[in-house]
Amino acid sequence: MMNRQTSSPPLQEKQISAYGLQRRNMLKFFGASAAVITLGSACKDDPAPPNQNGVNLGSGDVGILNYAYALEQLEAAFYIQVIATLYSGITPTEQAYLTDVRDHEVVHREFLKAALGASAIGALQVDFSSINFSSRASVLGTARTFEDLGVSAYNGAGKLLTDPLNLLYAGKIVSVEARHAATIRELLQINSFADTVDANALDPAMTPAAVLAAADPFIVTQINASNLPTS
Amino acid sequence: MNLQNIINDIESVDPEVYERLNTRRKAMKSFANISGKLALAAVPVALGSMFNKAYGQAVPTAVIDSLKFALLLEQLEAAFYNAVVAAPGLNATLTGTSRAAFVKIQADENKHVAFLSSTIASLTSMPAPAAPAFDLTGGNSAAGTGPFSGANDPRVNYAVALAMSQTFEDTGVRAYKGQAANFLPSTGTVNDLLEAALKIHSVEARHAAKIRILRRELGGAVLAPADLKPWINNNESGILPPFAALVQASYDGEGVTQQGAFNGVGTFSGVTISATAASAAFDEPLTKAQVTAIVDPFII
Repeated sequence: MMNRQTSSPPLQEKQISAYGLQRRNMLKFFGASAAVITLGSACKDDPAPPNQNGVNLGSGDVGILNYAYALEQLEAAFYIQVIATLYSGITPTEQAYLTDVRDHEVVHREFLKAALGASAIGALQVDFSSINFSSRASVLGTARTFEDLGVSAYNGAGKLLTDPLNLLYAGKIVSVEARHAATIRELLQINSFADTVDANALDPAMTPAAVLAAADPFIVTQINASNLPTS
Repeated sequence: MNLQNIINDIESVDPEVYERLNTRRKAMKSFANISGKLALAAVPVALGSMFNKAYGQAVPTAVIDSLKFALLLEQLEAAFYNAVVAAPGLNATLTGTSRAAFVKIQADENKHVAFLSSTIASLTSMPAPAAPAFDLTGGNSAAGTGPFSGANDPRVNYAVALAMSQTFEDTGVRAYKGQAANFLPSTGTVNDLLEAALKIHSVEARHAAKIRILRRELGGAVLAPADLKPWINNNESGILPPFAALVQASYDGEGVTQQGAFNGVGTFSGVTISATAASAAFDEPLTKAQVTAIVDPFII
């Protein structure tokens, strides 16, 4: 159960010794070639010096769950507004889809809040001033951005989790986000449901830093992600 | 990337790198052998694998087994779409943008097969398992006389093809989730493999949503309820008799509203959540045994 995460001692970073490679050698590799590090098989980075400004997501699995909680807060707030002020010309099917999506995002938000317990960050202040909620193109365009971003975020966060149960929960959520993303894409352009994929038909994955930078224009509250695991 | 530069750089701090890599020529030859068969994006995984072997880091058997299991499911999906797209019996019914959607999904599944095959080959230094023979009628036999045969064959009946496609995609989404724990603790190459699996998993969910939309749009037909959603409501397939019972195992367990200590049914900040919405907000895992039982009728 995820709640136990919040009551246990702070998570230790995964040990370098698990690689069967001495830390001394690992450090040499960092000096040897930046290319080696980017191959994705390098070791755990030491955390950057903490920047204590803003809402601190925390470290370890808690930090990643707070990161997801921040994104779900953003999505839920967006769809609550979409349903409260339906765009002109919305079809019954579109309204049914978007209402379901709102409900799912509220459930995701509340689930993560409950799972984090006392470790949960507070409510974020959002800024939707760039969105025209009376415009179908503006609403669905923003929805597509949020859903694709959410999929990329969860895809990139999976490997940063250490508790198998947390990984399972992330997996349970991300496929629903992908269903949303495909649905919104179909409303905008037929057969664009998976136009996100690369040459191997893989969806993107993004780091927390890249995702938070993309979401930043919509979030007023400053978020401190400096303690999140990076690999 | 310039592999030789990387190895030269490593050599400057670890003069024994070539010995670790089992002599320079052999190392380069073995990597060339592997990379020649690899899709480009699989190269980092293969390269990581080479260094892992050199420095004594083995990818756990459970991870390899999960990848082989995923490959089998992708091979089944690819065989299904290859057959459906090529079927003359669907020329009149699978048309226009619907046919284009099937062709896109067909391409994705075949790419997943190629990607997983090359990844497994690079990790094991052996060819990945070839696809077994499939019986798309679900009869477990080369005779092809299963429940999806005759007038109900997906190669002649578009509604059946859609229903089977939906079931395969939804099952795939659930199957990947059931394997996730095998990738932890994830470090090094396993990190890359976990991320790759997640990247395939979300594409399967995109496929599932599109196929469900196509079924909804087919409207009026016995196999496509008008209120079908791109997500799984409760434990419902949205597939009617006589096929409902044949696919129900792929939807059993999807109706839960409880996640750990949290129940999604309730009112949160003024938004009332039904049991249907609470269940659809999460896709649930299937174990390997459950998935194997589901796909067994299609594997000869």
